[in-house]
Order: sequence, then C-alpha cells, then structure tokens
Amino acid sequence: MKYAFFPGCSLESTAWDFDKSTRAMCQALDIELTDIPDWTCCGSTPAHSSNASLATALPAMNLQKAREMGLEVMAACASCYARLRTANHKVKTDEQERERVKTITGAAYAGETPVRHVLDVLVNEYTVERVRSRISKPLSGLRVASYYGCLLSRPPEVVAFDNPEHPTCMDELIDAAGGEPVDWPYKTECCGASLSLSNANIVGRLSHRLLAMAVEAGADCIAVACPLCQMNLDMRQADANAHGKLPPTPALYITQLLGLALGLKPDDLGLNALTINANAVLKKISSGERRSAQAGAAR
Amino acid sequence: MTKAVEWTNTAFLEEVERRSGAPVGACLQCHKCSTGCPIAPEMDLLSSQVMRMVQLGLDEETLASKAIWLCASCEACTTRCPMEIDIAGVMDTLRMLAVERKAAAPDERVRTFNDSFLKSVRRHGRVFELGMMTAYKLRTRDFFSDVDKVPAMLAKRKLSFLPHHSSAAAKEVREAFKRADEEEKKR
Repeated sequence: MKYAFFPGCSLESTAWDFDKSTRAMCQALDIELTDIPDWTCCGSTPAHSSNASLATALPAMNLQKAREMGLEVMAACASCYARLRTANHKVKTDEQERERVKTITGAAYAGETPVRHVLDVLVNEYTVERVRSRISKPLSGLRVASYYGCLLSRPPEVVAFDNPEHPTCMDELIDAAGGEPVDWPYKTECCGASLSLSNANIVGRLSHRLLAMAVEAGADCIAVACPLCQMNLDMRQADANAHGKLPPTPALYITQLLGLALGLKPDDLGLNALTINANAVLKKISSGERRSAQAGAAR
Repeated sequence: MTKAVEWTNTAFLEEVERRSGAPVGACLQCHKCSTGCPIAPEMDLLSSQVMRMVQLGLDEETLASKAIWLCASCEACTTRCPMEIDIAGVMDTLRMLAVERKAAAPDERVRTFNDSFLKSVRRHGRVFELGMMTAYKLRTRDFFSDVDKVPAMLAKRKLSFLPHHSSAAAKEVREAFKRADEEEKKR
C-alpha cells in the first residue's frame, strides 16, 4: 500500500507528534508514505473565509503535484483533509472554478487525485481485522472516548467516509487494539477549532463541555484525529478548567494509541509532546498486560 | 417597538446567492441550524436569523454582525439544513462581502487572525506559526493572552524559531496569491 502523504503546516510544528506517530504507525503496518515534494499550505479556514479562489487553488496546487506521483493522497490533519477534498469537489462540480484554478496555478486540474484520510485508509483499505492481527500490546482495560470533531464528517457529501452523525471508525480501531471504546454523545461536536487564538474563551467553554462529557462517560483518555482538536483539548485543558474543575484527561492522537498497541515505544510516537501526560494511559496498559500474563500463567 | 422591515431590497439576497451558490431564499426558518450551532451562545445573531436578514436585504446589519465572524465553520448547519443551504458557505461569503464593503466589524480579532495567517502563507508557502502569532499579537495589541503557553510550546518543539520552507514552492504560492486576488475582483 502506497500513498502520497500531505503532512500540512500543523504536522511540522504544533502537531509534530501527529506526524511522527502517523509515519511510525504506517511503517509498522507496511503502509508506504512518500511526501508530496515541495508541498504548500492548504489555506485552511483563513483562506475559505477570505478568498474563494485561493481556497480552491492552494489545495489544487498540491493535488497537481501528487498527480505527477500517480498515487492517491493521504492526509492526517482533518482540516487539510477537508480542504483538499473540498477543492476536488469544487473543480468536479463547477466549471468556472476549474477555469479559475487553471488561471491561478497555470495548469489544468479536474480533481483527478483522490484524497483519503488516514482513518479511511485504515478502516476501508487496510481493514480493522488486519489491524487486529498486528496488535502486540493490547490497550487492555483502557477506556477511550473517540472524538471525531467536525471536518472528518461534515459536510458528508464532500468528506465523509463514515456515518456523519454517529461515526464509529475510531471506536472499531480502539476495539481492535484491545481497548474499550466508551459510548458518549459528543463525538462530532465542535471544539471551536480556529477560534483558538482569537476567542480562547469560546474554545475553553466548548473544550470543557467535551472533556466533562468524556469524563462522565468514564473515559481514561480521548482519541483524536485533528491537530486543532488535540491542541484545544490538551494544551487548553487548563483554560477549560476555568469553566469547572475536571480530572486531567489525556488527549492522544489515534495514531499514538494504535502505535502503542502495535508495540512502538512512547518516544517513537512523540508522547513527550503532550501537555497532559500519558502516564496514566501507559500505566493502565501495562497493568492490563500484567493481568493477562498472570491469567495466562494461571491457566 | 420593533422596526417594521420592508421587503424591497432583493439585490443583497441575489448577490449572496450568486457568490455562495446557496439558495438562501429557500430558508423556511426551521432553526435547525441555530439549535445545532456550537457558538450560538456567543453570537449576536443566530444562523437562522442571519439567513432571514439576508432574505430581507438587511445588508448593513448582517455584515456588521459578530455572528458572521464567530462562525467556526464546523459545518453542522450545512449538514443538517433540510433545504440544503450551505449555511457555513454563506457565512464565508458574508465575511468576504464585509471586507469588500468595509463594513465595521464589531470585533477585528478573527479577521486579523485570518490576515496574519494568510500573510505568513503568502510569504513562506507554509504557515510559520511563531511569526504569524507575533504578527497577530502586534496587530491586535493583545500581548498577554496565551503567552504563558509559549515557553512550553517552544520546549516541546511545537513552535520553531525559523520558518520551514522551500523557496521555489514559496514563489509559486506568492504568484498564486497574486492571481487569486485578481480572480476574486471579477466575482
């Protein structure tokens, strides 16, 4: 399995741990990633809020480069993924948009490069059963609230590879990794995302709602697949606590949790980048391991 | 007493529909968008009210609202609208119209963030976080919020002191920005 990888700006800065864990996990699963050479920013929310032509052209420039590689694109950042998919949708459905992209980028592009999210690749190409067969250190006893956020699900006709109101792909992967997915109602509620810098108070309120619900559902940690969600739930957990004290709840990338279950070391997965450390998670996994070893010996 | 609104200005509705491609006129005020909106408590207008004001041609009031800037583009409204109006897309159009028409924004922070972000991309081809955050703080004169987080972010290598970029790609991006600005003027 081979993909052209689009890391995006967050993955080389605030979310370098998502980058590291995605690459390590894919390597462990024999999924080959080659970076799109000289990739550039997708434009994210500021582009689609400010300049509609730019919002399609910036992703299209990268998809043109990937077209040369003859591979499907895989993205990890949910926002990049949504912007790349939206650009494909626009050029496929709007002839004027296609013309604009040609004028702006100097080359034609009609949406020839398919774009996949790492979760989509894992569940719909690699398959959950194959992931299960590769697990060497099960997340035994670990209760995980899977948080999908907005952009992996909405709008469904552009981005969804799962049920947009009740997605289950991360829960299935957590189950395959030996963990316990918890049932909770805020899987696709918004964390405030790009308002993080401009309106931290709103993001604090929304993150508090999410964290409080995950705690109430009995989660030991939250699994995320978006750098903005991760930052709002992890680094801004102190801000969220201003809306009511909560026990520290680690928010790990799904690629970090799967990486641990595949036997990778915390350092290979960038766990040291977390603000709320994952010690409780690691302890729970190793005590689960000891319990199952003892049970095995008793038998 | 509430002011009576005469439904005479259809030009605004037509422009918003043309630019966004969304049939705003089809909104039947079911309020499904507003009930699912995560930012509704902080908004001065609910999303369904924004749709109604566009229908009524209340351009100045709509473009001067806080709501269009606080919309987080979570797409819950777009996904759930029974009339298939891309409400989040309409919010994008309204933000662009507000800038084009120089509407007085009640709060410049979101717009300043967008500008600082895009300037960074225009210059480097990718976002240079530390530079972008500094530019944003200088422009908003908001020097103190989040400064407590910077040392930890630097220690955890979440921010770097230098931009990551290839000069060839940055040049391509700069040219794309220039041409995209020209294309936008034709809309």
